[in-house]
Amino acid sequence: MNNRLLEVKNLQVSFNTYAGTAQAVRGVDFHLNRGENLAIVGESGCGKTVTSKAIMGLLPSPQTIIGKENSYINLEGQNLLELDDDKMAEIRGRDISMIFQDPMTSLNPTMKIGEQISESVFLHNNISKEEARKVALNMLELVRIPNAKLRMNQYPFEFSGGMRQRAMIAIALACNPKILIADEPTTALDVTIQAQIMDLISDLQKELNMGVILVTHDLGVVASVSHRIQVMYAGQIVERGTVDEIFYNPKHPYTFALLKSVPKLSSNNKETLYSLTGTPPDLINPPKGCPFAARCEFGMKICRVEEPKPMSFGDTQEASCWLHDSRADITGVPRELISRGETYGK
Amino acid sequence: MESKEVLIEVKNLKKYFKVGRKQVLKAVDNVSFNIYKGETLGLVGESGCGKTTCGKTIMGLYDATDGEVIYEGENIHSFNTQEKREFTKKAQIIFQDPYSSLNPRMTVGDIIGEGIDIHHIYKGANRKKERQEKIFELLDTVGLNKEHTSRFPHEFSGGQRQRIGIARALAINPNFIVCDEPISALDVSIQAQVVNLLIELQRERGLTYLFIAHDLSMIKHISDRVGVMYLGGLVEFTTSDELYRNPLHPYTQALLSAIPVPDPEEERVKKRIPIDGEIPSPINPPPGCKFASRCSLAIDKCKEKMPEFKEISHEHFVACHLVK
Amino acid sequence: MNSFESNLNVVQNEKIIDKNMFERVGTKGLSGEEISKPSLTYWSDVWRRFRSNGLSILGLILLVLVVATIFVGPLISEHDYQYINTDVKDLKPNSEYWFGTDDMGRDLFTRVCYGGRISLLIGLCCTLVKFIIGSLLGALAGLKGGVIDNIIMRLAEFIGNLPYLIIVLILSVVLGRSIFALVLAMSITSWVGTTRMVRGQILQIREQDYVEAAAALGSSTGRIIMKHLLPNTLGIIMVEITMSVPGFIFGEAFLSYIGLGVQAPKTSWGALASAGQEQLMFYPHQLFFPCLMIVITMLAFHLIGDGLSDALDPKLRK
Repeated sequence: MNNRLLEVKNLQVSFNTYAGTAQAVRGVDFHLNRGENLAIVGESGCGKTVTSKAIMGLLPSPQTIIGKENSYINLEGQNLLELDDDKMAEIRGRDISMIFQDPMTSLNPTMKIGEQISESVFLHNNISKEEARKVALNMLELVRIPNAKLRMNQYPFEFSGGMRQRAMIAIALACNPKILIADEPTTALDVTIQAQIMDLISDLQKELNMGVILVTHDLGVVASVSHRIQVMYAGQIVERGTVDEIFYNPKHPYTFALLKSVPKLSSNNKETLYSLTGTPPDLINPPKGCPFAARCEFGMKICRVEEPKPMSFGDTQEASCWLHDSRADITGVPRELISRGETYGK
Repeated sequence: MESKEVLIEVKNLKKYFKVGRKQVLKAVDNVSFNIYKGETLGLVGESGCGKTTCGKTIMGLYDATDGEVIYEGENIHSFNTQEKREFTKKAQIIFQDPYSSLNPRMTVGDIIGEGIDIHHIYKGANRKKERQEKIFELLDTVGLNKEHTSRFPHEFSGGQRQRIGIARALAINPNFIVCDEPISALDVSIQAQVVNLLIELQRERGLTYLFIAHDLSMIKHISDRVGVMYLGGLVEFTTSDELYRNPLHPYTQALLSAIPVPDPEEERVKKRIPIDGEIPSPINPPPGCKFASRCSLAIDKCKEKMPEFKEISHEHFVACHLVK
Repeated sequence: MNSFESNLNVVQNEKIIDKNMFERVGTKGLSGEEISKPSLTYWSDVWRRFRSNGLSILGLILLVLVVATIFVGPLISEHDYQYINTDVKDLKPNSEYWFGTDDMGRDLFTRVCYGGRISLLIGLCCTLVKFIIGSLLGALAGLKGGVIDNIIMRLAEFIGNLPYLIIVLILSVVLGRSIFALVLAMSITSWVGTTRMVRGQILQIREQDYVEAAAALGSSTGRIIMKHLLPNTLGIIMVEITMSVPGFIFGEAFLSYIGLGVQAPKTSWGALASAGQEQLMFYPHQLFFPCLMIVITMLAFHLIGDGLSDALDPKLRK
């Protein structure tokens, strides 16, 4: 149990909007181990970013309601939901850090890169400015920025997109956090740079033995770096498992659709791609039953009235879907979706 | 393949932008290719390689600095204002950003009907009704329903907005559509929706696409032929199967290897071809091969002399000194 | 639907699920494209956010009160604003003369109402002139760019740097002291800011894809301006309008106060304040009431302007 870094239990987040209260996160449980890379995957609006911001304590306070009953976010035994703003500010950066999608807007354009890194070191540690600068230089070298000494004195506009994201990572890691949350870190970058940044995050995680939470809408980018994946839909986790389980033996039709909708380089040209129709449900009035029912081609009557309970498949995999009930109509459902055996591994 | 009819011929197209007083940004530098009727031509490259500028110059949104774009025998860059207006009925564009491409103050119906209004497509007493029916039909084509006509863009999701953009382009029945990264701002799960729709429309209406993207896997899926652009010029141009099976240019090879594969085992064994650094500035590009500064195979010759863009095998063009 | 409901009861009460509940229905009858939120036009959304701001509603109420007083007040008070009655000089506010009387025995309440009409008129006229000149030049500069942009912006810089008081003095010498001269003098220097703002907006909106899409559809420049550029700058222009009316009212008050503004027998809040100031030591109410009206009106416009700019800010849209 000592290995467990973060434990989230029954996280509930809602927002007040003009049309009513939107339940962005509806009872999310998960944990993160030391040195583990966990991916949270889902479409925009599924609550993945809200979940990570809730851990960071970064949600705007008057509009947001975070349920506190029977819920907690435990960081090594400390419940983050009960901390006040000052305490939370100490935790941010020192224990948990976050990098965002857009490296263009996350950096202060009027401050030198070196200063921005050393500032966060200086804020959290009791060291001199000179020492903080040294740490900053080390950080730039750590994230493989060439000519780090020169780069220290440059401004963000002199950095390209990929370099800025590296600088962001350097800032995030400057205080040696236990957890790094990366929210769509490569979405704004080109494919060639994407691969570089993903490799960097993965390497650093091993070097520093951090826990990493990778938030993304693209299952493809996490295949090589993550250990476990949880798939979110409409504010809930619909499936979770190890990378191999999710990729080779998905149990939820949504996961299945996410995997199938990506064209393979080896597939035929202009073949109709497997695609999801429609859009995710409105979380102001979440539908009764399974939230995915309106887009699920295997939907049954039961799916529209009763929410499926999570079912486990082995030690690590869990999915919430009625298809796995013994009475379910499984004609025409792809075999990989309903097989119970461990068929993955090709 | 049956006989291919050329719809658009791009000849030595150049598009330069003035930057400051003296400097010139060569966004598109001497690009030539043909687009066949009914095909999808893919243009792929990193951001800043000039692919979007190239697409917009081909459809006449930008004036060319030099070179010709010949559409059915006529150079569109020598058109006068009236001819240009007529040409917009034939060539349309779908934009990348579904948020900034729809006017927030207009209803979906008015957005889709804009082309109909501009060109006065329907004349006579029934024109209002005909316009309305056409809009309903278009909404249905892109998978939305009638009730959406009076709604405003901000009420829709990204994928829905992109489909509204497609309906707007289709309203005046164009033959040729430039798809400028139509899926790169969308969630992966929604991308398939839009791509399927585009392929279906092409089958039904015989449309010709110029499909621009930075994602090689989607380009490969949708295109018949693909051009790989780097810093304003084409480095490789061939059919999409050939490009995937037999990539010759080191840049194409690197691009292909950088694509994340949704398969953990394949990813674990895959060796990426490293591609250092990032695309250099197109202002004052280095002499010689533009890719030389990032190419792991570069020899001295690459830094001195620009490689010729030559046909290596049937319909396979490459610009690289190392490819013989 | 009924059978669904009855089945639901089974589920909840007995936790036994009927076998036929597992019948495949796919996505039949459910639309993944439905929008359940009520439709909201741009302006009704703006109004919704404006309404939720208590202060801006207070501003709106204050403004309505001021305008109502100005126009209805003289009818109720039954005094003439020019009627001189030396018997009732310098009275304190009482039931007959609500704001008291001035040094010539004229009813101050009626005079404040009439003065208010002139002040508001001047404020609105100047704003109108400012916005017509400012928006046109700004839109032209932003759209055409190049030489035209250069000429307009240099002109704006030149005008913007002229000392405002000197222009007013020169104009009042040349044109005489009329309301027309006053409006001209105040608006001739004021359009500079609006031009800059509209130009900036147009430059920004011009880069939006929907403008390019309209051009790709074959729109003429005129249509692009009318359909795409202007509607999208309207919000910010509206905020500027509400914010500049009080500025002009105050400007008029200031000019009248130093004797360059509205001339007798006409009056305005500024002229009234100027007259009241001479009597400040003995009859402070003669200064107090015109000033009060100026303050209330300016406050009302500022509150409304603040509320509008919040309501129009796309970032605050939720």
